[in-house]
Amino acid sequence: MERDPTVCVMGEDVGHYGGSYKVTKGMAEKFGDLRVLDTPIAENSFTGMGIGAAMSGLRPIIEGMNMGFLLLAFNQISNNCGMLHYTSGGQFKIPVVIRGPGGVGRQLGAEHSQRLESYFQSIPGIQMVACSTPYNAKGLMKAAIRSENPVILFEHVLLYNLKERIPDEEYICSLEEAEMVRPGEHVTILTYSRMRYHVMQAAKTLVNKGYDPEVIDIRSLKPFDLHTIGNSVRKTHRVLIVEECMRTGGIGASLTAAITENFHDYLDAPIICLSSQDVPTPYAGTLEEWTVVQPAQIVTAVEKLCQ
Amino acid sequence: MGLLGVINLIPWSSSLSHREFSVTAPNAQTLGDSDTDLSIRATLFSSFRFMSTKAEKQLDSLPNADDNKVLDFPGGKVRFTPEMKFISESPEERAHCYRILDEEGQLIMGSNFVQVSEELAVKMYRDMVTLQTMDTIFYEAQRQGRISFYLTTIGEEAINIATAAALTIDDHVFPQYREPGVLLWRGFTLQEFANQCFGNRADYGKGRQMPIHYGSNKHNYFTVSSTIATQIPHAVGAAYSLKMDRKKACAVTYFGDGGTSEGDFHAALNFAAVMEAPVIFVCRNNGWAISTPTSDQFRSDGVVVRGRALHWSFEVNIATASDGSTQIPHAVGAAYSLKMDRKKACAVTYFGDGGTSDGVVVRGRAYGVRSIRVDGNDPLAIYGVVHAAREMSISENRPILIEALTYRVGHHSTSDDSTKYRLADEIEWWKMARDPVTRFRKWIESNGWWSSEAESQFRSSVRIQLLHAIQVAEKAEKPPATEMFTDVYDVPPSNLQEQEKLLKETIKRHPQDYPSDVPVPA
Repeated sequence: MERDPTVCVMGEDVGHYGGSYKVTKGMAEKFGDLRVLDTPIAENSFTGMGIGAAMSGLRPIIEGMNMGFLLLAFNQISNNCGMLHYTSGGQFKIPVVIRGPGGVGRQLGAEHSQRLESYFQSIPGIQMVACSTPYNAKGLMKAAIRSENPVILFEHVLLYNLKERIPDEEYICSLEEAEMVRPGEHVTILTYSRMRYHVMQAAKTLVNKGYDPEVIDIRSLKPFDLHTIGNSVRKTHRVLIVEECMRTGGIGASLTAAITENFHDYLDAPIICLSSQDVPTPYAGTLEEWTVVQPAQIVTAVEKLCQ
Repeated sequence: MGLLGVINLIPWSSSLSHREFSVTAPNAQTLGDSDTDLSIRATLFSSFRFMSTKAEKQLDSLPNADDNKVLDFPGGKVRFTPEMKFISESPEERAHCYRILDEEGQLIMGSNFVQVSEELAVKMYRDMVTLQTMDTIFYEAQRQGRISFYLTTIGEEAINIATAAALTIDDHVFPQYREPGVLLWRGFTLQEFANQCFGNRADYGKGRQMPIHYGSNKHNYFTVSSTIATQIPHAVGAAYSLKMDRKKACAVTYFGDGGTSEGDFHAALNFAAVMEAPVIFVCRNNGWAISTPTSDQFRSDGVVVRGRALHWSFEVNIATASDGSTQIPHAVGAAYSLKMDRKKACAVTYFGDGGTSDGVVVRGRAYGVRSIRVDGNDPLAIYGVVHAAREMSISENRPILIEALTYRVGHHSTSDDSTKYRLADEIEWWKMARDPVTRFRKWIESNGWWSSEAESQFRSSVRIQLLHAIQVAEKAEKPPATEMFTDVYDVPPSNLQEQEKLLKETIKRHPQDYPSDVPVPA
């Protein structure tokens, strides 16, 4: 926002409250409450507003207080954000960033535990990325702001408290690249967002048991980085996908299809995809835990794959 | 009518140091400091709130108010009363409609209006005639199968041209789809219109959209999107952008009576009022939303506000709001069900300060938006109103709602036959007796600025130009098939490149199955 005066933020409680997860803390005081705008509760409409502002030359960052609320903005995101650059013949561009916390948290209830990446992945014209560490959060956010395309940046409710030493200077992370978290030889584990941490925890156990998993944080949910993924598949010949989406129609489902289609010959075993069940997320703590893929399941799946 | 209020010229500032506080302005760190005195924080907080968005004072101070007759809940001071009195759902009398030219094209006595020069008036008239002729000819072209779809503006030429005439090229226009006249006024040529309808290589939209979905960034006319009312919040966003850049321009958006039922209409007006955005909302209340008459669309006095209906449509017993709270429509559904079963019960729904609204011109007041109702078939009245609205909007940073009453003479589109739901006599009457083009012609003729020779000459010239434009557009090449994959993103990603390659290969292998008039680059 310092570098580019056209960048602005809009959303519910982003101003003086600093955002529901304090992502915009201190910004209204610094940049004024027009550039860090508190909006009334009308997601479809402030998303629409952001689209109109973007078409007129600004670069808004639209926050959904919880990604689930952006379901109300589906009309604007699909019919306008994704489409207007195309239907106007390239005359109007929409360089917005739509971001917010999503995913399963700690007992937030079904409505506040949505995985919107499943629903949005089909929309042509948008890009989707998911950050998972403080380093890639900064890099992806900057890249998303600078992109001329509309980008949806998925943050996770449980990852805001992560601490990491990151460079002060400007850097960006490519919006279309996956991140190699742990190189390995035996199996390719593809994951993103919070599940990365469950995978890494399982990896520790797996290493102790003598396995050498390669862990890739796919980061780019639309489009997939099939280059990095392909290289890995050609090396290990076994793929495990670990996601938080529901079984039906999630990122894992699309990724399975893409890998099978492109790298079928390199697979020694069918792809295993671990996802949440097709149920609304229960409120009860134990039940909630059972809907999310846990490290033990990941270990079992790898063992099965490597038989 | 005249301009209301004092023009507020205090420049807004977005940094702390320019404001004077009674307490030293702290820096960002101390704001979170728990030692800071609560009252100081409250003062500072409320000062910060409006630092960068200044407009008229809020109605929260009541001079001469007796302290023990006043309540101070959040939202401002309000006098209380022991008398239970419901605010009526409709006014005694409908909001008045501003008009200065009568049906015979004569100025109404005692009217105050903005003078229009001969040059401007003649250009307005010519564009109205051009629009009317273009609509007739393109509609016929669709009927002949030369274009696939068309939608006319017949009956609404005055709104189209007169509003455009009162704006400048710097004002961003966000149309619904029945406003090609605004684009025409700004210089879009008949050939450019025809190119879009035929989807040929010269179309700025590159042949991707249906006919009448015009868009032109050089004319500041944002591409038409079929979805209803989605452009209304876009206009508010554009106004926000203009305000940030401190430009002397406003955003203008158009929509019909039907569009005001959408949630986006409600929220956009609300936002514009809260954010003090320089945007003009123009509602073309033409009486019909395809087959739904306004009496079935809303119960308030028009879009300005509205009157009682005598139709069969069900009367809902509770006030509803379209503020996005999902339980509210559920409650309406429940009430409908109770009514069908003739139960002696009602549905009750609770919601927060989201705010309800009732009416369209009167809805303006519900949102805190200044509004006016105008005769949509009176070009002089419209010109004056938009001119004044634009001044107010830009200098005072405020939204304005204009309800222009008119009649949709044509069918909704070429996919509609409106005689199925309204009387052919009614349509004929509005077409012949209440034509806005004829009305304006009478006025300019009475001023000696036009004649019947000029009329027949102009009409035939426009007709020839249009037929020529259609011929040229029809023969022109279509955009290449590869344009199907560009502009989805700024640069086509690998999956689209792959899909393009696949399409090219498929067409090459089965050329007889693909249209031969679409070029396929190697």
